Amino acid sequence: MKAKVYVTLKKSIADPQGNAIQNALRKLGYTNVEEVRIGKLIELDLGDITADEANAQLVKMCEGLLANTVIEEYKFELC
Amino acid sequence: MKFGVIVFPGSNCDIDCFHAVKDALGHEVEYIWHDTEELDGFDCIILPGGFSYGDYLRCGAVARFARIMDAVRTHAAAGKLVIGICNGFQILTEAGLLPGALVRNKNLKFICDTVPLRVETTDTPFTSLYKKGEIINIPIAHGEGNYLVDEDTLKKMKENGQIVFTYVDNPNGSMENIAGVCNEQKNVLGMMPHPERACEEILGNTDGLRLFESIIAAVESESVISAQAVKNRHTGTRRKSAMETSRSKPIAFTQKEELLHD
Repeated sequence: MKAKVYVTLKKSIADPQGNAIQNALRKLGYTNVEEVRIGKLIELDLGDITADEANAQLVKMCEGLLANTVIEEYKFELC
Repeated sequence: MKFGVIVFPGSNCDIDCFHAVKDALGHEVEYIWHDTEELDGFDCIILPGGFSYGDYLRCGAVARFARIMDAVRTHAAAGKLVIGICNGFQILTEAGLLPGALVRNKNLKFICDTVPLRVETTDTPFTSLYKKGEIINIPIAHGEGNYLVDEDTLKKMKENGQIVFTYVDNPNGSMENIAGVCNEQKNVLGMMPHPERACEEILGNTDGLRLFESIIAAVESESVISAQAVKNRHTGTRRKSAMETSRSKPIAFTQKEELLHD
């Protein structure tokens, strides 16, 4: 079972990296870009487990290490 | 008293901390490798600055799982002193020993400078020798020092006097200009600025010295209380020591003494 975990800063928290990239994109001519948020993509190979087991593990992994829930939110998908 | 400086892979201010305690203050200090399991015999543990585990994932996120961190938790739970400086502060927030989190500086730059700080409270074992409201100059060197905490926690921290240092001119975007905070019991301090780099005349700045001297005064008073408590228990009397009546008695002492008397 493979999974992709996406970790991003909470919407309420300013993302200076995203702002810098937004400015760079505007300089490239993409003046329509209204917001850029930077996050992390974490790919995992969870071995031979069921989807239910994977879901349960991923929640614990995200809460315990992959995301800092004080500042970040996460979502994941199995693939 | 004895200080311990924890060394994680990637720590790089461990030598500065060791030097400040041993040579500037003349106190006993030992390095403690991150794989150690116990912290017996240490009065104050320093988590130094640096880039533990390469700052992989988030600053301090991996160091939090080092074997030594269980012993740090036990040490803190016993009311003993822990100070995290820079990366050490980040580790303490990731470990949940301090509230909040540290994110990328607002201007995205790594800032290396000496900045003025305001001492917000002297009612901690780390700041008792400063004056409340005093402005001190302490070096900073960080890329992720922007302190964030949710509003409810911030309110409680303010009420409980847990904001210890603030920046006079906010360099990194920290909420409420926060540069250093302590836990509710006030025996765990985290700060982004580096007091260990401001302990010697030859470096042009000794404003950090009193932080370490406060720690030493706190621990030495505590051992006086402990000795007195044991003595009183033997003689069956309980006189009030000077520290018990002191207005600025750190909470850590109260807990320790209650333990001794209960």
